Amino acid sequence: MAIKDYIRERFFPHIWCPGCGHGTVMNSLLRALESLGMSRNEIVMVSGIGCSSRISGYVDFHTLHTIHGRALAFATGVKLSRPELNLIVPMGDGDALAIGGNHFIHAARRNIDITAIVMNNRIYGMTGGQFSPLSGYGTMATTAPYSNIDHAFDTVELAIAAGATFVARSTSYHVKQLSKILRDAILHEGFSVVEVLSQCPTYFGRKNRAGSAVDMMEQYKNDTTPIGSKAKKENPDLIERGIFVQKEMPEYCREYDKIIEKAMKGN
Amino acid sequence: MGKLKLKEHVITREWCKGCGICVHFCPKQVLELDDQDKVFAARREDCICCELCELRCPDLAIEIETEQGSE
Repeated sequence: MAIKDYIRERFFPHIWCPGCGHGTVMNSLLRALESLGMSRNEIVMVSGIGCSSRISGYVDFHTLHTIHGRALAFATGVKLSRPELNLIVPMGDGDALAIGGNHFIHAARRNIDITAIVMNNRIYGMTGGQFSPLSGYGTMATTAPYSNIDHAFDTVELAIAAGATFVARSTSYHVKQLSKILRDAILHEGFSVVEVLSQCPTYFGRKNRAGSAVDMMEQYKNDTTPIGSKAKKENPDLIERGIFVQKEMPEYCREYDKIIEKAMKGN
Repeated sequence: MGKLKLKEHVITREWCKGCGICVHFCPKQVLELDDQDKVFAARREDCICCELCELRCPDLAIEIETEQGSE
């Protein structure tokens, strides 16, 4: 299948701004699915609210566009009733870690077989550039005109601490790595979290004088490094990318089936 | 089996938003934006079919069509 067979062409050109990283994340995701040879009918995409969540309108899978922060809760319901389907939940940084923060940590704790993609542009783009829990200290936003005093979550550390069994990070610049990581995350049985640094030239870029989409991607190239690299030891400010955690743990739906079996025997 | 050869840069002009990501990151400077800020292959003979433009395009607006080379 070509990747255009996975999209709803009638909704293109999409609504994302010129140079938005979210389009590139979608591009990489479609390539990952194409390389797995997956049929559109075995994929369910559940999204919440925000720029990132618009993706569920553009892909031709089973799609649910749900409420802000609660995509993982809806996805949990779908997965429990149809465990044979592959669940993909793309979220923005605010959707995943502010509004949906609790859903996020508890889905990770349960280790339910869902692939969560956190498209991190460090801002609420759709509503006009408010700061998010991933904006970080010292950044500018419409709601932080004198700079932000909140510190950012580290999505990767948070996901690991909450119990996710696959945790990775990449960027919209490193598309080949991103596609491979997304592929591994989808194949992983358990809760997978992939954080993707994705540029928002319109709000984060403008407010923080980060330049154009191209400049922001150059920054991803220069400010990130593979996990455990020599460069990281020399410059601790570099952001690591790659797969941080990949481990086997009992998956929630399977455990739930065992409970049903046990309960049925009890009668 | 020869090397992959470029057949065509398939560009969906209506989808291109002129962000310039493909132009900037092309390792061979093959691409340019025209006066309407749409991408076109200005030096198609330099294309090495690495497909990075296609992989990075946020708008799915460019595709590299290849064919098998003769030698």
